[in-house]
Amino acid sequence: MTLTRASAWRCAAVLTGIALVVTACETSADDEASGSDEAGDPAAAFEPPDLPMLEEIGAGEGELNILSWAGYAEDGTTDPNVDWVSPFEDETGCQVTNKVFNTSDEAVSLMQSGQYDVVSASGDASLRLIAGGDVEPVNTDLVPNYVDIWPFLKDRAWNTVNGVNYGIPHGWGANVLMYNTQEVDPAPASWSVVFEDAEQQDGRVTAYDSPIYIADAAMYLMETEPDLGIENPYALDDDQLAAAVDLLKQQSESVGEYWADYTKEISAFKTGSSTVGTTWQIIANLAKADGAPVDVVLPEEGATGWSDTWMVGAESEHKNCAYLWLDWIASPDVNAQVAEWFGEAPGNSKACDLTADPDHCATFHAGDEEYAEQIWYWTTPIEQCLDGRTDVTCTDYAAWTQAWTEIKG
Amino acid sequence: MDRDQGLTDSVAQTLREAPVRTPFSRRVSAHLHRRPRLRLWALLTAPMFWLVVVYLASLAALLVTAFWSTDSFTSEIVRDWNLDNYRLIYESSVYRTIIVRTLAVALGVTAVCTVVAIPFAYYMAKVAGPREQKILVVAALMPLWVSYLIKGFSWRILVGENGVLDNTIGATPGFGTAAVVLTLSYLWLPYMVLPVYAGFERLPDSLLDASGDLGAKPSRTFWSVVLPAIFPSVVAGSIFTFSLSMGDYITVDIVGGSTQMLGNVVFDNQVYDLPFAAAMATVTVAIMVVYLRLVRRTGALENI
Repeated sequence: MTLTRASAWRCAAVLTGIALVVTACETSADDEASGSDEAGDPAAAFEPPDLPMLEEIGAGEGELNILSWAGYAEDGTTDPNVDWVSPFEDETGCQVTNKVFNTSDEAVSLMQSGQYDVVSASGDASLRLIAGGDVEPVNTDLVPNYVDIWPFLKDRAWNTVNGVNYGIPHGWGANVLMYNTQEVDPAPASWSVVFEDAEQQDGRVTAYDSPIYIADAAMYLMETEPDLGIENPYALDDDQLAAAVDLLKQQSESVGEYWADYTKEISAFKTGSSTVGTTWQIIANLAKADGAPVDVVLPEEGATGWSDTWMVGAESEHKNCAYLWLDWIASPDVNAQVAEWFGEAPGNSKACDLTADPDHCATFHAGDEEYAEQIWYWTTPIEQCLDGRTDVTCTDYAAWTQAWTEIKG
Repeated sequence: MDRDQGLTDSVAQTLREAPVRTPFSRRVSAHLHRRPRLRLWALLTAPMFWLVVVYLASLAALLVTAFWSTDSFTSEIVRDWNLDNYRLIYESSVYRTIIVRTLAVALGVTAVCTVVAIPFAYYMAKVAGPREQKILVVAALMPLWVSYLIKGFSWRILVGENGVLDNTIGATPGFGTAAVVLTLSYLWLPYMVLPVYAGFERLPDSLLDASGDLGAKPSRTFWSVVLPAIFPSVVAGSIFTFSLSMGDYITVDIVGGSTQMLGNVVFDNQVYDLPFAAAMATVTVAIMVVYLRLVRRTGALENI
């Protein structure tokens, strides 16, 4: 058991030797790979890797690995009546394996493994996937249903780079406020219940456990502290980020627990250990179905939200099945089912005629371009301020990640 | 009769052929017998591969990565050597808080496990009859049959608001650091009970009798005879409970409320800022190295 001093030194020498070899290997590998991105300034020189797109669809490969948000690829196991994966399998012969991710961070990390054929990426993941070469351009000519997608969702910053499309718009929606109807009275109309007035539900406030949630606080500050001059909650300079962090630190004193796993939020609202906090419509639907006394509201300050895109993995070995899925999920009938189940505005303009609830599209403002522009879609904060300011450097996502750790303490 | 005859024949046949055609395995063993050095290599190649390539190399890669940084947009690793990650850990108070909290949780878990394991293991080794002893060993190991996650979520139901504890005894620590210590103590208890039980097994009953005969009260016997004898076993168990708690991040996620530990920081940063996550992970390694050195200084390792 005892190491003599001499053998300890030998051990250290071996360790150092290995370290040097590893470094040498990694460095040389890097030299070969880094031909395309030499510029120091990442966004200005954002040149995605040159990847080919599919030219024609062949026969399905019989297999498809989907990486999706919860509720985007339902095969009847959550609710026997909610199933658009089985008909897809029957029609195309592509057997679906679905992996659900909880945060955009997780999506990026899982896509980097190269094991997934398609992914439903939000705006805070899509650009990074494109820049990292994890997804490839999508040939929209091979997706017949693409023509029916609302024009204001096409060719946007989060799905198109330099005029090249990288995916098919899926749908969009807002992060809403969920509250326990027995404990929170009167019904809240403002996000202040989770910020300035969080003490009223001390220890029972919840929040989304991801750095991107800082944008929710920044958006609230846009309304309540106009002096800070926040124009876009994803473009925060140091002072503005500090203000958002202060607000969130104050909130964290009343937070019982943060949620990233949606099942955790459902169980917390069901038992009453959480009574108010940000959520997605689908979580509220599932919690209600589970008997939790909850309701949701879109507060007056507006909301952050998502606009999702189905993308194709660059290393996918089932590209034909991937394109068949892209067209399937964008078809009016399926898009209507997904939108209604998840609680979001569908991407396909013809989906609105097919929803079970005839008012669904009106409720979620589908096709209402003006309303859609008011939602602050998840976007990756970068050093170049997204609101167009050039006199300051904005805080990037790495800074937000650090800040998020600091907020939770 | 006939069959026996046949068998004897075939054995005889084999024996006759033996000197002519030596089986391959025997030739190999003869070859190895003449070459002790080759024998050593054959014996050690697989474990050395494991130790050097899989374990030490990945540890070295971790140490090296911690000195790099990431591109803020693509989060790809930039290989420029700097100490920024460590500077950040050192200068930012939140990381110091998290490190101290993690240490406190690991020590707390070790303390709880020790206090529970000593009487339990004593009863198993010294009081229980042979049959009861077997049942108790199985009982101590039983929690290991169930998945970590199931045990974690069971504790979530136990300590949560309106949970089992709340509804039966009317009090619960709620989600937070206390719940984390409780849950981890439950999870790692078998790793403490087994070494301590083995320690008690090795402690001769005659020592306890002698102590009593010399007039020592039970408490004096415990402090002066039992504890020194089982101390190495407790230290051995504490290596498990301490190190497993240091690296845990899932239990914190399930029952920790808004609490963060070292493992959570590593997990949160591993996608966007792998070098920083690596720097944070080396803190765990450093703490374990210090802990193991302290353990060695007690001399406990030699006695295990």
